[in-house]
Amino acid sequence: MTHCLIEHEWAAVVGLEIHAQISSKSKLFSGSQVHFAAPPNSLVSFFDASLPGTLPVLNRRCVEAAVMTGLALNCRINKKSLFDRKHYFYADLPAGYQITQQRLPIAVNGSLVYSFCAGKNRSQVINKTARVKQIQLEQDSGKSLHDDLRSQTLIDLNRAGVGLLEVVLEPDMSCGEEAATAVRELQLILQALGTSQANMAEGQLRVDANISVHHPGEPLGVRTEVKNLNSARFLAKAIDYEIQRQINELENGGEILNETRSFDSKLGCTIPMRDKEGKQDYRFMPEPNLPPLLLYDTESLPAGADPQQVIDIDRIREQLPELPSVTREKLVQQYGMLPEHSFTLLNEVGLLEFFQNVMKETRAEPKKVTSWVLNTLLGFLKQQNLAVSESPVTPSALAELLNLLDRKAISSSAAKQVFEELWRNEGKTPAQIVSEKKLELMQDQEALEQLCHAVMEGHPQVVMDVKKGNPRAINKLIGLVRKATLSRADPTVIKEILEKKLAS
Amino acid sequence: LGSDTGGSTRNPAAHCGLVGLKPSYGLVSRHGLIPLVNSMDVPGILTRCVDDAAIVLGVLAGHDPKDSTTIQDPVKPFVLPSLTDVSKLCIGIPKEYLTPELSSEVRSLWSKAANLFESEGAKVIEVSLPHTSYSIVCYHVLCTSEVASNMARFDGLEYGHRCDIDVSTEAMYAATRREGFNDVVRGRILSGNFFLLKENYENYFVKAQKVRRLIANDFVTVFNSGVDVLLTPTTLSEAVPYTEFIKEDNRTRSAQDDIFTQAANMAGLPAVSVPMALSNQGLPIGLQFIGRAFCDQELLTIAKWFEKQVQFPVIQLQELMDDCSSVFENEKLASVSLKQ
Repeated sequence: MTHCLIEHEWAAVVGLEIHAQISSKSKLFSGSQVHFAAPPNSLVSFFDASLPGTLPVLNRRCVEAAVMTGLALNCRINKKSLFDRKHYFYADLPAGYQITQQRLPIAVNGSLVYSFCAGKNRSQVINKTARVKQIQLEQDSGKSLHDDLRSQTLIDLNRAGVGLLEVVLEPDMSCGEEAATAVRELQLILQALGTSQANMAEGQLRVDANISVHHPGEPLGVRTEVKNLNSARFLAKAIDYEIQRQINELENGGEILNETRSFDSKLGCTIPMRDKEGKQDYRFMPEPNLPPLLLYDTESLPAGADPQQVIDIDRIREQLPELPSVTREKLVQQYGMLPEHSFTLLNEVGLLEFFQNVMKETRAEPKKVTSWVLNTLLGFLKQQNLAVSESPVTPSALAELLNLLDRKAISSSAAKQVFEELWRNEGKTPAQIVSEKKLELMQDQEALEQLCHAVMEGHPQVVMDVKKGNPRAINKLIGLVRKATLSRADPTVIKEILEKKLAS
Repeated sequence: LGSDTGGSTRNPAAHCGLVGLKPSYGLVSRHGLIPLVNSMDVPGILTRCVDDAAIVLGVLAGHDPKDSTTIQDPVKPFVLPSLTDVSKLCIGIPKEYLTPELSSEVRSLWSKAANLFESEGAKVIEVSLPHTSYSIVCYHVLCTSEVASNMARFDGLEYGHRCDIDVSTEAMYAATRREGFNDVVRGRILSGNFFLLKENYENYFVKAQKVRRLIANDFVTVFNSGVDVLLTPTTLSEAVPYTEFIKEDNRTRSAQDDIFTQAANMAGLPAVSVPMALSNQGLPIGLQFIGRAFCDQELLTIAKWFEKQVQFPVIQLQELMDDCSSVFENEKLASVSLKQ
């Protein structure tokens, strides 16, 4: 059952091929370093440049990353996997082939669970599962930059040979939002494992989508591949556009070609990719320079094996870091927050850490902290399109503010004012701001009672209204008292005092 | 040093009166060796005598972390024993190698060598390698497939010859490769790509790999039956003169030249060509020994015994220089006169 909104009588089917750059010091088969934005062609070994006579040597860390990711996605880890050559000619592929795992990948048959907050108040959590067909290790290609002005193509091989995990998701998703949510969850898992930084802006996570439409109950339609969706923002948009394009095409009596398309973010549409016309025959061949990759578990580990030379799947499983779903569950249990709040905390980069740092320094109730972080802080950040790391308000500052609130040293409206002042980032602490703006709550109970008495005396008509049973009249009184206190009294306390006096 | 993919070290060794050693696949690192067929290539060793080949092998052999297909065991340099008693040896003579194309001279020397072992007490028996007739075709399919793959990197972009065309990347690639490869290489690439096409892969490449397994098993069976080494010709005949040679195309010549040698590459076995005698024309003829996998030392030990027995008239270099200068004076093509 999908919650996607598609035109009636049409169903869409979306599968994904996700390439994640492995977070490792060196490349998959050579010793050159992996760095983002290094000077062009400064991280290229002889092997990366395809000089004849060089041979691939498998990077252990990349294999461990693949096993960790496979385990986190509930896959079966293949104790034996194979490497193959996939041949095609392109300027950013120096050897004329990519080393990948086509026949027998390292992990198969897993699942990715992702969740929506749906319903009226987004309070209903729906769990969906996308099956993981396989995870394979393969080389990344170099980068080509087309300089149309000078009719030339510039090639940077820094990225050539960097290790990739390709995660193939079966066509279990039904629309752009589902796909985007699945990708987001995969990103969080990879980041939690440390196997990939999965930053789409830096090209560490790239998504290709396979999309088709059909009438429910009928066979699946012809699919198109939309390649290189490299931004979280455009992922859902591109997929939904393509779904609609296919529906429109079919409803107008046209047909869908099994072709490759790319997304033009400026125009907001998918367009066919010129140089991918015609079916490519990749002439797959076993990679003769790499023997089969053999992995072990505690049972099959040969006695006296050199731990440097073998990988034990069970040991890796024991040492897996906490996955996002577990983190969210713990937040709900520990702090009593709503599930949808746990999602928001994890989905915003850096927000969970911010939250935890505030919790460390404050006595305020978790619910209050959650509210301030998710509503106030996040609201301000979103308004100015800032990342959590760019927040002018630090966790310590917010913690101090919440402590003042918790001690009832200030009212919540005063706290809001302080927050706005903190946001201006003039180097003042909450305590300083409170003192400068004279926002402290009146602590003198007797003085407050006298004020209340004075207001009541000064406004007999309103008092009459209250006694008559007008529910809104008391608010007027509270307002008058507040004004008299220059907003330095807690409205709840004022109300208590007034009610006591009125009763007597 | 040379390389041996189907006999390219042993073949010239036989024609030139040298020892040509093809080590076991996985014993000597291929890092730095420009590849032709990664699953068959080995660095080859050419020397004047078997002891020298053993010295070089001792230095080169052993695990190299840069070559994932080398075995893990380290190898120490070794000295070959001087065998005096061959009575415990069993020499196998593969009957399928007795082909009609074999020259009578080579056949006669092969027979002489077998008799030599027998007369010195060794057991000499006829054995069968039943899949021999499929070997050269199987070799051709696998060789061209890997060649097509290994040559894909020669596009002129990073290194090597690059043509002047700049209309498009594809045009530049096509012209560069047309200019940079001769027709033999282009022919192999086209064949290889044909065999690797999706619709052909099962019928050609995979089939050939299966046949390769059968060929390798032939050797395993023979060695398991008590045979220590196989004794075969290295080449069909002495070296063919250039004008004769060019009468056949490369494909035909390759098939002929490699016929006795390529099976050892298919099976990954060590093999060595040892010069035996001069032909009637005064050109060297060598014979081949094929051993068990990773028993290169044993193989060379037997080869060394054989070398001592046949006393091949190895060229002495100073005399060669003297004879060459007299040739230029007298303007005649020589078969060089040799000192015993």
